[in-house]
Amino acid sequence: MPGMFIDVRVEDEVASDEKLARKLVEVCPVNIFAVDGSRLRIVEENLDECVLCDLCVQAAPPGTVTIVKLYES
Amino acid sequence: MRFYEYESKALFRRHGMPLGKSGLARSADDARRIAGEIGGPVVLKSQVLSGGRMKAGAVRFADHPGEAAAHYDAIVPIVVNGQKCRAVLVEERSGVAQEYFAAITWDGRRKCPVLVFSDMGGIDVEEVAEKHPEHVSKTHFSSLLPVTPRIAKQAISATGVSGDALNRLTPIVFELMRIFLAYDLTLAEINPLARLSDGRFLVLDGHIDLEAEARGKHRKLLDELGIQPAETRQAREATPFEIAGAEVNAKDHRGVAGNVVEFDGNLGLVIGAGGGSLTLFDAVRKHGGRPANYCEIGGNPSVNKAKELTKLILSKPGVEKIAVMMNVVSNTRVDIVARGVIKGCIEAGKKPADVIAVFRIPGAWEGEGFKILRKYGVDYCDRSVSMYEAAGRAVAKMKA
Repeated sequence: MPGMFIDVRVEDEVASDEKLARKLVEVCPVNIFAVDGSRLRIVEENLDECVLCDLCVQAAPPGTVTIVKLYES
Repeated sequence: MRFYEYESKALFRRHGMPLGKSGLARSADDARRIAGEIGGPVVLKSQVLSGGRMKAGAVRFADHPGEAAAHYDAIVPIVVNGQKCRAVLVEERSGVAQEYFAAITWDGRRKCPVLVFSDMGGIDVEEVAEKHPEHVSKTHFSSLLPVTPRIAKQAISATGVSGDALNRLTPIVFELMRIFLAYDLTLAEINPLARLSDGRFLVLDGHIDLEAEARGKHRKLLDELGIQPAETRQAREATPFEIAGAEVNAKDHRGVAGNVVEFDGNLGLVIGAGGGSLTLFDAVRKHGGRPANYCEIGGNPSVNKAKELTKLILSKPGVEKIAVMMNVVSNTRVDIVARGVIKGCIEAGKKPADVIAVFRIPGAWEGEGFKILRKYGVDYCDRSVSMYEAAGRAVAKMKA
């Protein structure tokens, strides 16, 4: 379930890559990502805290992490 | 942080200020014993963090120890402006020939301390300044350069005091200046500072306010005076609404969304930024609005924190709308506050467009913030609308 203002979409190739998943956890300043076992999980209650820093977008292969501003749709 | 009179006097005593014989009574027996030790007429004064003691009957005079004990029992139950009596100060009663006023406070406009002196003490100094301005002097001095007795002497002589009185008053007022600077006070006041009929000069009453942020720095002094770390010394007990505001702020380390003070109006305020809170609160009142609260947001609080503060304010009985207004923000982000406030409205079961009277936060990420506000139909404005004008818009909507 997305936030009210922000959704973060992650391609499965990234979500299932433990190394990349942990990288996303490390870079996000507002704890939108967590790792369960070896798989990435989106922490839904933190989605609206996204500060649009793009660090997650830069940490993953191009086009695999997308920040969606729901208020623009 | 306000000191009780007996604490102020304890501090004065350490600095050699002239004080009469006194003792702090916590029982009628104490009052009887202290009055007996003083050995003459005494005055009993309720120790409350408020003025208006005399009018409330919380200051009484006794001619003998038995009467002092009886007055103690009469004074203790008296609540003065909502303040309960902590103890009773029993002091020697002095024959006063003349009363003076001396106070040092901080002048925010001049950005330095100001010494206010009057040779008409014992009464409201504002009234004296209005009716007898020639009897009040205001002297600014540096908090950085060394202070000298000359500054005190000039301030006193400016009210027409001369001769022996000037020479006797100068060291007392000078010491008050030193105390003000040494302990980071926001107010150091003696009223009255009396010349007695026997020629002595005595500090009859004192009032000290310590800068709240300096409590840590002066912990040793506060410990010695018996002031506990948990004592906030606010003018009144915090209300459940204010306590809930403090809890909102404490839940998350990011930014500030708290310092809530409850009022009885119908316009909730989500305000802040670089002194903006006070300015905006005053502007709302100037326009005839009735604030339901004061608060401070700043330092870029999280979305959740802004949301919880908004929900709290909207939950207050009588609140019809909220005004979200800040000075121009730099580190606080407009879009983050906008998200929090809108989310708070929706979670409170209100439509943001209906309940937000005005949203005026210009500055960092305002373009993104305005997109959010447009999406939810909220009336917003940028920095071309002043804080005063924004407050006026909010009040006008309340009256519509």
